[in-house]
Amino acid sequence: MPPFRPILAALRYHKAGAVLIALQVALTLAIVCNALFVIEQRLHRLSRETGIAESELMVVNNTWVAPDAEVPARQAADVAMLRALPGVADAYATNAFPLLGGSWQSGIRLDPMSKHFISDGASLYFVDDHALNTLGVKIAEGRNFRSEEIGALAPNASADSPTVIVTRTLAQRAFPDGHALGKAIYIGNSDARPSTIIGIVDHVQTPETRSGEDIRWQDAIFVPLRITDNRAFFVIRAQPGRLPALLHSVPDALKALSTRRVIPQPHGVMAFSQVRDMAYRNDRGLAWMLAGICVTLLVVTAAGIVGLTSFWVGQRRRQIGIRRALGATRRDILVYFLTENGLISMGGALAGVVLAFALNAWMMQAFETSRLSLLYVGCGMLLLLLLGQLAVLSPARRASRVPPVEATRTI
Amino acid sequence: MFGYYVQLGLRSLRRNPVLTLLMVLVIAVGVAASMTSYAVFRVTSGDPIPEKSSQLFIAQIDNYGPDNSDGEPLPWLTWRDAMALVDAHKAKRQTPLYPIGVSIVPDDPNTMASPARGYAVQADMFPMFDVPFLFGAPWSAADDAGRARVVVIGKSLNDRVFGGANSVGREIDLDGKQFRIVGVAGHWEARPRFFDLDAKGGFGDMGELYMPFARAIADGLHPAGGNLCNRPFKPGWDNFVHSECIFVSFWAELPDAASATAYRQFLNDYSAGQTRDGRFSWPPNVRLRNVMEWLDVRHVVPPEAKMGLLVSVGFLVICLINVIGLLLAKFMRRAPEIGIRRALGASRGAIYAQFLLEAASVGLAGGLLGVVLTAAGTLCIGAVFDPAIANLVHMSLPLLGLTVLVALASTLVAAFYPTWRASRVQPAWQLKAN
Repeated sequence: MPPFRPILAALRYHKAGAVLIALQVALTLAIVCNALFVIEQRLHRLSRETGIAESELMVVNNTWVAPDAEVPARQAADVAMLRALPGVADAYATNAFPLLGGSWQSGIRLDPMSKHFISDGASLYFVDDHALNTLGVKIAEGRNFRSEEIGALAPNASADSPTVIVTRTLAQRAFPDGHALGKAIYIGNSDARPSTIIGIVDHVQTPETRSGEDIRWQDAIFVPLRITDNRAFFVIRAQPGRLPALLHSVPDALKALSTRRVIPQPHGVMAFSQVRDMAYRNDRGLAWMLAGICVTLLVVTAAGIVGLTSFWVGQRRRQIGIRRALGATRRDILVYFLTENGLISMGGALAGVVLAFALNAWMMQAFETSRLSLLYVGCGMLLLLLLGQLAVLSPARRASRVPPVEATRTI
Repeated sequence: MFGYYVQLGLRSLRRNPVLTLLMVLVIAVGVAASMTSYAVFRVTSGDPIPEKSSQLFIAQIDNYGPDNSDGEPLPWLTWRDAMALVDAHKAKRQTPLYPIGVSIVPDDPNTMASPARGYAVQADMFPMFDVPFLFGAPWSAADDAGRARVVVIGKSLNDRVFGGANSVGREIDLDGKQFRIVGVAGHWEARPRFFDLDAKGGFGDMGELYMPFARAIADGLHPAGGNLCNRPFKPGWDNFVHSECIFVSFWAELPDAASATAYRQFLNDYSAGQTRDGRFSWPPNVRLRNVMEWLDVRHVVPPEAKMGLLVSVGFLVICLINVIGLLLAKFMRRAPEIGIRRALGASRGAIYAQFLLEAASVGLAGGLLGVVLTAAGTLCIGAVFDPAIANLVHMSLPLLGLTVLVALASTLVAAFYPTWRASRVQPAWQLKAN
């Protein structure tokens, strides 16, 4: 049992240093806990699965320069050409794909007049019968669209197609009894017509990447309507190993078919990995930044502890000498300094816990983060106590090597 | 004496270089982190149009009603409400606005068309938003009324298509239709882009093409930003335009508080009129907000910027506490020396001067290193923020000055307590102890 009382008594003589260390530990703990928490949340976001065959997919952002009436024919010609292109496994034209960043969202209800929404913003993917095959999404229940089911989405028309395929999350929420197949949902406003669920897929992520959309990230619906806007995305699945070549041959082939189109530079033609990179750029960046700050913070705090403790050891060489002369072993001196630091750090850590939760409460309000879990605070405390002990080890060792003769040296 | 203190300070710093280096590093890192975050915060939270931000107002009229959860009217207007405000002419200047995207079709059939992003506006927009002109001028009010096929293009588009020459009077093919160029706008910036907060969160370019609002509507140019349809609508562009779908922003220039109050009343009366006519079944719910209020309501500052600033200011505080500790250790180790100086007649003031100077030199060194780190930091912003924001942040002379100043000031603040302790050293004690 280390001698607490003399340590506490001695601390009274260098209150300032002790308070400085404790304060540093407290603030560091508060910031590190919250930063780690934010990092974990961001990493969790960017590790979510889209549910599609990302490594084999590419997308092209295409705008036709053509009167509205000619757009459907141009789209059909482009899609047919792409499907026949060597190296292409399958392709389709659509309004959106996972991680695009935003798209058409619509309220989903079981009754068009009801005020209760199954989802207040499900994302709609307008697709044809090739979409699921292209994306590599398996039908879990029911069936895929048939080619004759694919309608046309007139410009500014509503999206209430007679049949739809939904994600399991959405199906489960609409029909908790598990029997969603064959039932109707209503997409859009109070004049919506029923859309029968003919298929359920296990999981597809929505195009939304803003953190405010996280609660709806699985609320995706495939709607069998061909878009007729002059802007469309081609989603193309490459045969194994052919993606790098397609990234060049696809734009060339589109240009060869017609130059009356716009494919913006840059980001007009992207492998899906690039889409993912861009979608989570901020999350990854913030995580790295916070991680960098945390590491620096811990190093700075450790350095501060080393600096101050070294000073104390220097100041108290004579006292240490006296203790040694009175029979204290080197181990006793080592334990003394370790315990002293432990007490100070503990005090700081306890204050830090309060600070950490205060900071979290403020962040919950300002950034809509969730409540800090106790696990993080516990780990943070442990980390800082350990850091303190490690930092103090070298000065404490030096102290333990002070010879007893110091007691007699300077009077 | 000043020179002597500097000499003393430098000698003391040289005596334990590790401790000195540690302090310089801690200050540099702390200051650089907070200055980098501050630079980002600054560009994202700044006033985009300082001379006029209090005179430019955006109008919101609730056309959805109390079903809307929080009572805040939606961010855009319907075409009919925007047109009603335009026709009422109650503001000094006014413009409806929505983002558009067009394809510029080249004469050469072998080259692909290129995209251009811009806004459908009325002629008042240019003087309202202080848009400079390189060549030509805005179109006329008559062009607005007559849906003229005219455009104002931006400098970047003029450079790309016309090689930077004066293109006023020339024709440009947009989506297969010929438009006459009446003006070329010079380089202008509004950060954030207050009149369109939807593209890239309000950052990035100002658009490079401006078309008469009525022409864009007549040509069926779909809104390239957001639109929201909360009520049933029928297919087709005309039905969309005349529906309760919202996609238009309406900006008014109201030079003083009285005209703003009058305009707010006008909006209220207009909305009440709609209720009387049976279109709305709720009491007037309107907003009239100036630029800074609008930016605040729309949460333009990215959470990453706020969080970064918060964390790095906390970081700086910890660094300073650290420096206090290190300085305390450093100064108190020299208690005997202080005792001798005091005994030989140095006043408390002299001790203050000596140690604050020593601290200042540490702060200065930290500041200079901090400048280098801040410059490195600003280069790395692209890793955390969208390029549209990252491109706005770079090392500038004011930022450089501020970095050194903050480093110096914060080190002096940190040095105050250790210096005070040093000045309290009792000469008699120290002399006795030695």
